Amino acid sequence: MLNLDQYSSLGAALRDALDRWGDETCLIESDRDRERTRLTYSDFKELALPLARALEDAELHASERAAIIMTNQSKWLISAYAIFYCGGVPVPLDYKLTAAEHLQLLAHCKAKIAIVEYYLWRAMMQSPEFKNLKALVLVTEAPLSADLAGAFRWEDFRRKGNPIFVPRKREDVACIVYSSGTGGRPKGCVLTHENYLEQCKSLTAWYPFWPGVRYLSVLPTNHAIDFMVGFIGPFVCGACVVHLRTLRPEFVRDAFVRYKITHVSLVPMVLKNLERGVRAKFEGLSALKRLFLDYFVALNKSFTRGSPNVKLSRWLLPQVHKAFGGELVAIFTGGAFMEPSTLEFFYELGIPVANGYGLTEAGTVLTVNDLKPFRADTVGKPLPGVELRILNPDSEGIGEVAAHSKTVMSHYLDDPELTAETIVDGWLLTGDLGRFDGKGHLQLFGRKKNMIVTEGGKNIYPEDIESTFEGTPVKEYCIFAANYLWPEKTLGREILVMVLRLEEGQEFTTTLKDEIISRNRRLPDFKRVGGSLVWEKDFPRTASMKIKRAMLAEEIGKSRERTAVIEL
Amino acid sequence: MLTINQTLEEILTLAAAHFKVAREKLAPDDDFFRTLGINSLQTLELLTRLENHFQIELPDYELQGVSDFRMLAERIQARL
Repeated sequence: MLNLDQYSSLGAALRDALDRWGDETCLIESDRDRERTRLTYSDFKELALPLARALEDAELHASERAAIIMTNQSKWLISAYAIFYCGGVPVPLDYKLTAAEHLQLLAHCKAKIAIVEYYLWRAMMQSPEFKNLKALVLVTEAPLSADLAGAFRWEDFRRKGNPIFVPRKREDVACIVYSSGTGGRPKGCVLTHENYLEQCKSLTAWYPFWPGVRYLSVLPTNHAIDFMVGFIGPFVCGACVVHLRTLRPEFVRDAFVRYKITHVSLVPMVLKNLERGVRAKFEGLSALKRLFLDYFVALNKSFTRGSPNVKLSRWLLPQVHKAFGGELVAIFTGGAFMEPSTLEFFYELGIPVANGYGLTEAGTVLTVNDLKPFRADTVGKPLPGVELRILNPDSEGIGEVAAHSKTVMSHYLDDPELTAETIVDGWLLTGDLGRFDGKGHLQLFGRKKNMIVTEGGKNIYPEDIESTFEGTPVKEYCIFAANYLWPEKTLGREILVMVLRLEEGQEFTTTLKDEIISRNRRLPDFKRVGGSLVWEKDFPRTASMKIKRAMLAEEIGKSRERTAVIEL
Repeated sequence: MLTINQTLEEILTLAAAHFKVAREKLAPDDDFFRTLGINSLQTLELLTRLENHFQIELPDYELQGVSDFRMLAERIQARL
């Protein structure tokens, strides 16, 4: 891999990577069983530089922002590289947000350019906020007959000639990644080139890539994890990234075999789905075959107790490994609570699963299991260069996890107050509760902050969805994470609860419940409120009439039981 | 060509078979995440079955924001 210490920016490192690994395949893009694109590093460069030249002509200057809103595909990475080449700052936005949310964040980050997939652009054009959009927009894959309302076609946005590479310093801003805040206070994490280069260095120290690695990019590239392990990491090592245009489970399973995937990152929801599929296959085996399988699984388990041995596991359990392509080296997981039994299931089959922990504010990953030995009950040890502390530990040693590392973000965009609350004396306060065991492994026990993390790895902040319930015929309402009201020192049972203060004499009728359910359905499934609770007192408020959330939560937690929540 | 109601009826029948529930338990305006207790990944599994049945291609994004069978039928109808 490249020696990242000698680079001052991601753009510079990527530029060298494209020259160094010229003939290696860097990207494969597949749609169902059809391969759409296969690019070498040289091909990638040939596609990216004319785009960089056109961006240069469009006056994208150093430090100016260019948003990317696209599903995972080669155009995503080509666009990001072209932006880096001009010294610009990519702002990856979550493609699963609504058009109104996209427009809100484009305005918040003051994007000069926006590169948008056609179906998302179509939705944005219909949004009432569309008229306020100021960015120059490039639309990918638009049909030739489509009216793009003044936007340019990405495929045609090319200029001849050599663009000028704009150097950046390590402390300069590399990317702005929104960790939340679409409905309330946007949290744009400002990450520097130093953050990314250091993160890449420490991750690849434990889990190196090399030419020949085929990384399956399933998590959204706008997410900090995939940006690192599905773009920067593989590229600086000469590896290949495989994109799928459909993430249906059967095509993901096929991709493992077709492309002989070696590494993949999955959120718990996807890993559990894979587990269900494998278990169903096992259940279909005859009694005799099942007996043999169990015997070899037990044998594999005893041989890999100290550390994984994928070659031996492949030999012991060839059919299982064949179903995963036969070359799988590691599955990375994290982003949400992962049941230990799922991790154990895969590890016992000889498929190493490295469970980790991190947050966008920390530049992705803080801890990861080194598999020496495998542990299903922890999120691993701090990566090289990461210092962790447990603040104000209780009698069991559990307290808030704080992190100090060169990977921690610079600040939140345009929010010095929130930055000062989050980074104190150089330590990032994660809001997560944890404890170290005797072996230096971090175990997580819940959250101090009012938010939930879904199985799909999405962070949901109540403030971001409250506006959906505006107009609900009650006196007032407020949404909380259940674990914030009733701390449980555990993860996994995470739901949002809508606390309702009814009008004098009003009752919680079926009509009211249906009204809330109907509004709830306007939200994507992963953002929905799971239950409601009627509260008999007026909410405490500040002088400016803002709800004192912490005070209200404490009062509710003390006087009501979690069982009082009515399921929606 | 099928009418929207016929498309809807066929989707409900296919969904009932796919998720192994009685057809009469599913209604056009049901929120399928709640009725079937499934997540977004499991709804994606249904898409291939629908594609094969209706002989169309449905990109994953067509399911974005869709949570009931009627809306799903509209998306499919537009591609028939």
